[in-house]
Amino acid sequence: MDRTGHTTLAQWTAEDDAAFAEAVREFGEQQALGYIGTVPDGPGKATHVRELPRDADMVILRRPIAGG
Amino acid sequence: MTSEAQALPELATVPWRQPTDARWLRRWGRIWHAWTLLYTIPFIAAAVGMFLLDPLATPVALAALAHAWIIPELYAFRGASVVRPKVRAVAPGESVAQGLLGDLLGHEERELQRRTGLALERGDLGLWLVGEGGALLVTTERRRVHCFCVAASDSELPPSDRIAHLLLALRSDEVGFATVANHAFAGAAWRVRRRLPLQMRPALDAARRVAE
Repeated sequence: MDRTGHTTLAQWTAEDDAAFAEAVREFGEQQALGYIGTVPDGPGKATHVRELPRDADMVILRRPIAGG
Repeated sequence: MTSEAQALPELATVPWRQPTDARWLRRWGRIWHAWTLLYTIPFIAAAVGMFLLDPLATPVALAALAHAWIIPELYAFRGASVVRPKVRAVAPGESVAQGLLGDLLGHEERELQRRTGLALERGDLGLWLVGEGGALLVTTERRRVHCFCVAASDSELPPSDRIAHLLLALRSDEVGFATVANHAFAGAAWRVRRRLPLQMRPALDAARRVAE
């Protein structure tokens, strides 16, 4: 999620090693920028991930939150 | 209990804070209640005393009563302000962000968010209403609302994206989310409701209904 609403950074399938490797590289770069990986797990649930899960349907990168 | 793997990474920025769990909320709810009585009762007592001592002091007594009413209202205003919209103009990317936020919400919650600007989320601590710069928590005691000031670190994000960021953090670790957020106010739901913008009030009503 970014200032444009959201941007698709990478797409992969569990069987496509090359696409997954590219997604992992992109994921690492975004983490270095401060983004946090989150996997929506259905209604009301989400999981914070430090590594890109190969079998996830979607991983959303969000900015850190802070008290205002 | 949240495992370390699921704990919100942002907790590292506030290591001194106690976890804002149900017990913490109950305790702070009582403290806010006691604090409200503490600064209200002396003004009421002074007003009654002045009137009994000398009816000519009635204007001063009325001023004391006004203080007893206005000060809690100011605190409630401060609490309700955490969810007031921060951006008036339509932000670039808002329509795209609204679509993504809609995907994260159920049908009823999506409609409520579009009408009121607040996303309703059921948690273990109670019912959350998430806005772009803060969140309200209606505890299952129902009468009490806790107001939290919290936001995504990028101020240029579209409003719906800001809500989505908070929603994902809340869903990842509810206690962690409440701990990272700054607790601004706790008080009666009716008091907070009066200080909310008109279009947001139905969201608080809905949260109270669900909390029953």
